Amino acid sequence: MKCDFADSLLQGYFDGELSGRRAAEFERHLRHCDHCATELVDLDLLHDRLQLAQLYEPAAASLRRKITARLHPIAATTAASQARVWHWLAAAAALLLVAILLGRVGHGPGGDDYQAELAGEIVDAHIRSLQPGPMTGIASDNERVVKGWLDGRAGFAVPVRNFANGGFALKGGRVDDIEGRAVAVLVYERNGHPINVFIWRTREPDTSARTGSRQGFQWVDWRKGKMEFCAVSDGSPVDLEQLRQLINSSA
Amino acid sequence: MNDFDAEDRLRFEQLVLPHVDAAFNLARWLLRSRADAEDVAQEALLRSYRFFHGFHGGDARAWLLQIVRNTCYTWLEKNRPMELSVEFDEELHLQTCPTPETITIAADDRERLTRALETLPPRFREIVVLRELEGCSYKEIAAITAIPIGTVMSSLSRARRQLQSALVNSPQGARP
Repeated sequence: MKCDFADSLLQGYFDGELSGRRAAEFERHLRHCDHCATELVDLDLLHDRLQLAQLYEPAAASLRRKITARLHPIAATTAASQARVWHWLAAAAALLLVAILLGRVGHGPGGDDYQAELAGEIVDAHIRSLQPGPMTGIASDNERVVKGWLDGRAGFAVPVRNFANGGFALKGGRVDDIEGRAVAVLVYERNGHPINVFIWRTREPDTSARTGSRQGFQWVDWRKGKMEFCAVSDGSPVDLEQLRQLINSSA
Repeated sequence: MNDFDAEDRLRFEQLVLPHVDAAFNLARWLLRSRADAEDVAQEALLRSYRFFHGFHGGDARAWLLQIVRNTCYTWLEKNRPMELSVEFDEELHLQTCPTPETITIAADDRERLTRALETLPPRFREIVVLRELEGCSYKEIAAITAIPIGTVMSSLSRARRQLQSALVNSPQGARP
């Protein structure tokens, strides 16, 4: 027999889209509704099955090239000024960073704004990594190979693990420059979505997860064992949380 | 061509181009064909570039997916109008349901899920793709598909139920 809640609250509850009050309301209902309990299990099975089947189909590299090629002729005459814009932006960004860093000394690290701002920087670095063009790094699914490449360049022992069995396949690593320091980046793939995990050393105590989104990308940031981690992806926040738990349980 | 255009293009490359995968994936599932999706995704990207000055910040992925979706529906109306007029029903499902012979070939679950997803009407298919594959929030789905959040929730419910029944109805569709 169908239940009145099945069409609305049940979906929202399953997808984590209900407010605290409405979620509590639904949980009270769930205690004596077998129908909804079974439905939840079915939704979960369907979700897992869709995720495991890897139905996400990313664009071919050729499509990306075709699109960029069609954009370039339009602005071909501005190639020179284009380069200047890049340099100008880089210089402006450097100045901005100095300002932010100076500002931070006053406020002290660890505040909410600090992490939100930093996450913003990291999302930008994630977006840069998705742009076509050469990128220095190591493409490998071998933990030891990636670690060997990263450790020397990042200047600390980077915890490199391939979670292919958990649905997060290691694709490689690289070193990015965030706020003027070298940050190790592990690249994972989840159902066709790339996930970048930025890792650097910190003196701050461990924290639980802080999450947010920016320009359609999700991020989660946390500290553990004198290291700070920030994972970014355009996939679901649930996936990021899962990866966070995998990393934490192995670190 | 002046500096304003160059800056616009730079902004476009930084904000919109990273979502090419999302654009392609949505087009592929709406059109049920990689080849058509390549054409339509490219058209949508170039269209979004042309109207980029109309984007005033915010969620670039949702903005792009909205354009991809509209481009897909326009393309379907022109090339396969039947698909848009037919609602999901058992009859259609039986027609498009793979024959026992093809099911034997469809050995793995991925293929079965693909077939089941493709039997859903486009408006249900897109909502499953946006939620389950693209990881969009209800708010983003509402913005992309131009329907209220309450309708997102009830459509998702119907879409998931149809997908479940399409999977159960195919002879080898049940979970092992």
